[in-house]
Amino acid sequence: MIEPAGVLQDNQEFLTFTLGEENYALDILTVKEIRGYERPTKIANAPPFIKGVINLRGDIVPIVDLRIKFSVGQATYDEFTIVIVLHIHNRIVGMVVDGVSDVVSLAKEQLRPPPDFGVAFNSRYLLGLATINEQMIILVDINELISSDELGLFDKPSEADASV
Amino acid sequence: MSSIDMKQFHAVFFEESQEHLEEMEQHLLEVDLQHPDAELLNSIFRAAHSIKGGSGIFGFDALASVTHIMESLLDKIRQGKLPVTAEYIDLFLSSVDQLKAILHCYRVGSDLDWAGVHTITKKLELVTAGQNSQPEETDGSYGFFTEVEAVTQSEDYGFFDTEVDDGFGFFDEVVPAESIGAAPASAVNSDLHNFIDDLLPGDSNAQSPVETPLIPVSAKSNEAASENKIKSKASEAISVESSSIRVDVAKVDQLINLVGEIVITQSMMNLLGKSFDGALGEKFQAVANELERNTREIQEAVMSIRMLPVSFVFNRFPRVVRDLSAKLGKKIDLIIEGGETELDKGLTEKLVDPLTHLVRNSIDHGIEPADVRQACGKNPTGTVTLKAAQQGGSIVISISDDGGGLSRERILRKAREKSIPISDNPSDAEVWQLIFAPGFSTADQVTDVSGRGVGMDVVRRNVQALGGRIDIESEAGKGSVITIRLPLTLAIVDGMCVSVGDQTFIIPLVNIVESMQPKECEIKTLAGDDQLLLVRDEYWPILPLYKAMQLEPQFTEAHKGIAVLIEANKHHFALFVDALVGQQQVVIKSLEHHYKRVQGVAGATIMGDGSVALILDVESLAAKTPEIPLSLAS
Repeated sequence: MIEPAGVLQDNQEFLTFTLGEENYALDILTVKEIRGYERPTKIANAPPFIKGVINLRGDIVPIVDLRIKFSVGQATYDEFTIVIVLHIHNRIVGMVVDGVSDVVSLAKEQLRPPPDFGVAFNSRYLLGLATINEQMIILVDINELISSDELGLFDKPSEADASV
Repeated sequence: MSSIDMKQFHAVFFEESQEHLEEMEQHLLEVDLQHPDAELLNSIFRAAHSIKGGSGIFGFDALASVTHIMESLLDKIRQGKLPVTAEYIDLFLSSVDQLKAILHCYRVGSDLDWAGVHTITKKLELVTAGQNSQPEETDGSYGFFTEVEAVTQSEDYGFFDTEVDDGFGFFDEVVPAESIGAAPASAVNSDLHNFIDDLLPGDSNAQSPVETPLIPVSAKSNEAASENKIKSKASEAISVESSSIRVDVAKVDQLINLVGEIVITQSMMNLLGKSFDGALGEKFQAVANELERNTREIQEAVMSIRMLPVSFVFNRFPRVVRDLSAKLGKKIDLIIEGGETELDKGLTEKLVDPLTHLVRNSIDHGIEPADVRQACGKNPTGTVTLKAAQQGGSIVISISDDGGGLSRERILRKAREKSIPISDNPSDAEVWQLIFAPGFSTADQVTDVSGRGVGMDVVRRNVQALGGRIDIESEAGKGSVITIRLPLTLAIVDGMCVSVGDQTFIIPLVNIVESMQPKECEIKTLAGDDQLLLVRDEYWPILPLYKAMQLEPQFTEAHKGIAVLIEANKHHFALFVDALVGQQQVVIKSLEHHYKRVQGVAGATIMGDGSVALILDVESLAAKTPEIPLSLAS
């Protein structure tokens, strides 16, 4: 039986990835696929962290670089740059990361509350912290982050009217 | 679980009932009062009966009760117990309207207008009760042979009315194939008994005297040759029934999407194949060419699934014209041509409102009252013609009337009253364009039909939103023609690929006037950075695409690149790009689906190499340029 929607169920699986020097993790169920970085088509008047759009088998998918948005590490692109393609609220978004490391299973007890400072992300977008192999991993609430107004990836009705 | 299943059936029922109602309306309008056509009356009856049956099953009581009374009354009429009169037709038409309203309420789950339901039921009941004939049982209780008698008794009874009653189901169940072929032949009731003998169970198909092949579905013609009409109608109804399936549009769209992908993959493969050498390379090329042909055919076939005949839209206009002409006391003939022209489903749906508006306009403003027409030596009956035709990659729909035409003076006067800027000596075409200005109406009196002036600008906006264009031609005293030009489908656009820096953009071909490499002397720089391009004594403001799209271009000086002259809405401008890449049909993909709307961009498409190119929205780009009326500039 699946538990009703809580923040974290027992032994949920997470995909860990790196941005700069920091280790992050996100709910693996939101991941559609992982692919190499390809140069996207630029979009006019988009904020710098939106790199553009790519063709994902017929879908036009935006690519965001959170390293630029949250000033983590260096926003460089080489053959090792990875895009995690996320499936969130029926939309597809690609997220540039420096590397994907592992899939880990975490239990509720392993989770600590997120700090209010010291992390690039606003604690609103964090689920908590966990330690695996003496490494601190920051659990990102990816649904909250991607659909946030701060990223502005999704059209708000008022915005759509204003841009006419 | 079960409630979900019922919902699915509901959707089908609503769809079907809607179709039945439309069919009913159409047939009601076709009924000839002097010589009522039995098959037509039967179809109307059948439609009412089907709705009643379905609504009974799902417990849509309001629908069931109204259709029930309609059905009894219709039954009497079709059996010749009641004469067909204009009053009945009017009553039935208003019942159909009421049924449509009820159906809509059930569909969206809103509250029913019970008062309206009761009024119409009362009316129908009164009419039914007013005729002192005994009530008739219409469902199922007939025996087979009594029905045969009934058939032989009434002169022009079509054979097919027997399928009306679910209780029989006799003929269709026995040999449906044969009955299809046989129907037209039996329209005259000679040999009826023989014929029925042939249909008796156990009889082999081969013995049938009527081995007529399927009558091809003839397009709905407006000819009144009643004999022919019965035949074509009967065969049409059946073949449509047996040869179509109901498919969710989303499934079709998914198919179209996937085929688009195949086309792209295929062209990528073709590119790759060119790098192979030798005999193997040649073979590969041959196979790749074969594949290209096949994919193209698949694409065309799949696109055609979404195509619907324009008659889906046109068929509602006989009713509109009938009601309006009665209301305005004008006599009007409506001629429909090219109803079989096919158009993308998305387009047909969005055409309804603009077309309705234009037809109403033609009737209200265009056609003069009968006495005025007579005084001008015209036929007192006005004519409105709705025409559709395919011209190359676009569909042209025209609404023409033989009325008074647009009045140049009146439009100019109104324009001055509304202080709409006009040049000193405008051409007719420029004057006609004025009626598209918001709030413009030349009707002397505002009626509830038209004249509020909210219409034409909305019509034009709707047409433009579909990627189309609207033009007016008019001649005083002779009438006017309004032409709407639309792309064949919404999903594909004919575009010109242009490059800026390392990116490719698509400009819809409909908006392009011409492309040229401007000479340095033709470029005038205004105060600020704005530049104008002089083309044949006209100034076009230059919009550098690299600035609008924030890119690093190859050229920043306009005379080194290419100027694409673009016409959109009221704006004219020259889009400055690095180079032209080529002309191409592209599949429009939505940017909003996973991202959001981007100003200046109408959508995206995938190029042959798999990269994404943006399709420019020239309308919104035009808004970035200063508006310089061409005539003033010259």
